[in-house]
Amino acid sequence: MSTEQTGALHPGEHLDHEHKPRGITRWLYSTNHKDIGTLYLLFSLAMLFIGGSLAMVIRAELFQPGLQFVDPHFFNQMTTVHGLVMVFGAVMPAFVGLANWMVPLMIGAPDMALPRVNNWSFWILPCAFAILLSTLFMEGGAPAAGWTFYAPLSTTYSSDSTAFFVLAVHLMGVSSIMGAINIIVTIFNMRAPGMTWMKLPLFVWTWLITAFLLIAVMPVLAGVVTMVLTDKYFGTSFFDAAGGGDPVMFQHIFWFFGHPEVYIMILPAFGIISAIIPTFARKPLFGYESMVVATASIAILSFLVWGHHMFTVGMPVAAELFFMYATMLIAVPTGVKVFNWVATMWRGSMTFEVPMMFALAFIVLFTIGGLSGLMLAITPADFQYQDTYFVVAHFHYVLVTGAVFGIIAGVYYWLPKWTGVMYSERLAQTHFWCSLVSVNILFFPMHFVGLAGMPRRIPDYALQFADLNALMSIGGLLFGLSQLLFVWGVVRCMRGVGDKASDRVWEGAQGLEWEIPSPAPYHTFETPPVVK
Amino acid sequence: MSTTHQRYYVPHDSGWPIFGAVALLLVGYGAASWVTQAGKPEGGNGVYIFWAGIALLVVMLFGWFGTVIRESTSGLYSDQLDRSFRQCMAWFIFSEVMFFLAFFGALFYARVIAVPWLGGAGNNAMTGELLWPQFDAVWPVLKTPGGTETQPMPWSGIPLINTLILLASSVTLQVAHTAIELGNRARLKVFLGLTIVLGAVFLGFQVYEYVHAYRDLGLRLDSGIYGNTFFLLTGFHGLHVTIGAILLLVIWLRIVIKDHFTADKHFGFQAAAWYWHFVDVVWLNLFIFVYVL
Ligand code: HEM
Ligand SMILES: [Cu+2]
Repeated sequence: MSTEQTGALHPGEHLDHEHKPRGITRWLYSTNHKDIGTLYLLFSLAMLFIGGSLAMVIRAELFQPGLQFVDPHFFNQMTTVHGLVMVFGAVMPAFVGLANWMVPLMIGAPDMALPRVNNWSFWILPCAFAILLSTLFMEGGAPAAGWTFYAPLSTTYSSDSTAFFVLAVHLMGVSSIMGAINIIVTIFNMRAPGMTWMKLPLFVWTWLITAFLLIAVMPVLAGVVTMVLTDKYFGTSFFDAAGGGDPVMFQHIFWFFGHPEVYIMILPAFGIISAIIPTFARKPLFGYESMVVATASIAILSFLVWGHHMFTVGMPVAAELFFMYATMLIAVPTGVKVFNWVATMWRGSMTFEVPMMFALAFIVLFTIGGLSGLMLAITPADFQYQDTYFVVAHFHYVLVTGAVFGIIAGVYYWLPKWTGVMYSERLAQTHFWCSLVSVNILFFPMHFVGLAGMPRRIPDYALQFADLNALMSIGGLLFGLSQLLFVWGVVRCMRGVGDKASDRVWEGAQGLEWEIPSPAPYHTFETPPVVK
Repeated sequence: MSTTHQRYYVPHDSGWPIFGAVALLLVGYGAASWVTQAGKPEGGNGVYIFWAGIALLVVMLFGWFGTVIRESTSGLYSDQLDRSFRQCMAWFIFSEVMFFLAFFGALFYARVIAVPWLGGAGNNAMTGELLWPQFDAVWPVLKTPGGTETQPMPWSGIPLINTLILLASSVTLQVAHTAIELGNRARLKVFLGLTIVLGAVFLGFQVYEYVHAYRDLGLRLDSGIYGNTFFLLTGFHGLHVTIGAILLLVIWLRIVIKDHFTADKHFGFQAAAWYWHFVDVVWLNLFIFVYVL
């Protein structure tokens, strides 16, 4: 681990190099990894609230049984666009933003490998989402086939929004692939002298592997949406048995992308947690090498488990068994990680600032999500759970209390480095506790209604689920409101309100990013530091 | 890591990326509108938006690469940056491989699983019996379960000639590569030019093959899974040949007109060459799995 290294800066180096461009073009034309990182993070925050508003529509409709506010078709549009916005607009860009900010600082690089391409990757994203969100206002409405857009829902039975959806996904893919290439090459080629592979902070390692996954599977997503497009508009029948194709083939190709995609959304969070826990436990990370190996094995295994999303579709028994065991195998490296985090804290001198609180919540709640995943991985059991709220509970535990909590933890952790001021601990603790309680009110009961048989993606439900659904809707509203506290805290720091942060910020923090001043100068490491 | 501490060049602000993002916005929005408007009596503006986007994209490529070339020839680039370029190109080609893999995956799935199952293989006897008892599950699927008929494209003839052409183009390109490294500019120009000509001939034959398929064989994009995989795989490959040929042509023009590249600095040439070899390898797989087998 990089904990012992002192990123010896040669004295008198260009850290005062502050000629920032001014005005709007600073952001439009930027080649600065910090500015582009900020853009990504702000974009992601905006998407979090757009996606959140759609979720509010869903929860409002589900507050009571029966149809109150929206018709079923519109409800489907809400679940679909909510999923797409959160996955591709909120979670992924947030991680890319964190990578932009932190990877060059952590490895002692002057910037990303190709700064202009970096800017292009970012600005494609708002364009892609402009296309996607414009479908909400189109005749026939937005895509309504779910974020997984299974054929034939997305082909035979879809509106013309399909074409816009497909092209929007293509743009997101271009953005992600170029962004990932930039990150991977930065890590391969831009490490400061002495920053050997086994000294890389774990956030860098996890992003390296994430970037590999992105480059490997985003093109497959591009392929499958292209087939959806040609099936709908050009008379092909990839997913139509009458032409010799097979709708199940859609699921195979989609989930070959889809399962690595869920790891794309969690591996960087593992990296963040692996940075935060040692800082606040004031101990080096336990089992650094095993963390690296576990991350790599998760990535490799993630290519072999896609069938666990298709247990009920009618695969041969041999395939069902293969996917069941392969999926369970993933729990081993995941367990190694959880074990290592806990072992890092063992006999540490812990303090509980907000990044640590979110990290602790992450460990507990992500593990709940992992365990429900293991239940889902049991093929015969999944015949019962498939397409119920139990699945919804599973992936919200891993994605909201996992990925999103990881992002929030990282933002609080590095915010003082970015802005030069400490966030308000009281405000942030309030944010934490409100989020923690409300998120569990929102998602925990989903396990119960799911096991009892409440199907997902349906605007109405049987009467016996009414009480819990009302409770969940209240939890959802509270969780959404709690995030306003987050925005408030972040905006305060961005405006420079708060105590001045020291360079190291946290007593136990280790690594190159803490050797430079707070706020981080506009240009850093123009001459590489020597890592000992 | 280089110990010489040559500075890594971090470019100043640039307007090209956001220009390119807007271009892609127009391409995406235009293409989607075009697709939804095509065939409708009232028509629409999608096609114009699309081509406007493409035009902007071309402008951007010229402007952006022009800047890069100026920076490079004025000596701003270090060896480390050169490595960045190389690695980026390699990963980009890897992403292209994965794109083709999606379509090859569809081909294999259809051939090995979907079509036999439709014919009743495995435990799907009832599927075959109840849905399409008359369906003959062979590859190529010349009569779909729904009844669309077509004829197969033989591998001898044009596909075989095209294979030889692409293989030959790989050789000529390799000769050109050796020539650039030896500083033999005359041979470089001839053999790089020859490669481009071979690429163009390949494309010409492919157009001819498509016309033949549509007119004489009734093999169309919409003639069931055989036609689907045939046209999407060869079509995307053809698109990549076109892009590769344009790349090589630009490189050739730069060599002939501007005298760019030297014996030891010619990354632009190399990137285009890698791309060409990649397109070549894809074709070999296509030839085997789409045509021969
Ligand atoms: C121990 C690790 C995990 C296991 C064993 C596991 C297992 C599963 C299984 C079997 C399903 C399919 C359930 C069904 O549709 O019937 C599923 C769904 C899902 N999982 Fe996981 N999972 C794990 C971790 C994760 C992580 C880390 C993420 C994301 C960060 C994730 C995200 C998802 C999502 C989004 C779905 C639902 C997809 C959909 O149908 O919309 N899972 N998981
Ligand atoms: Cu999965």
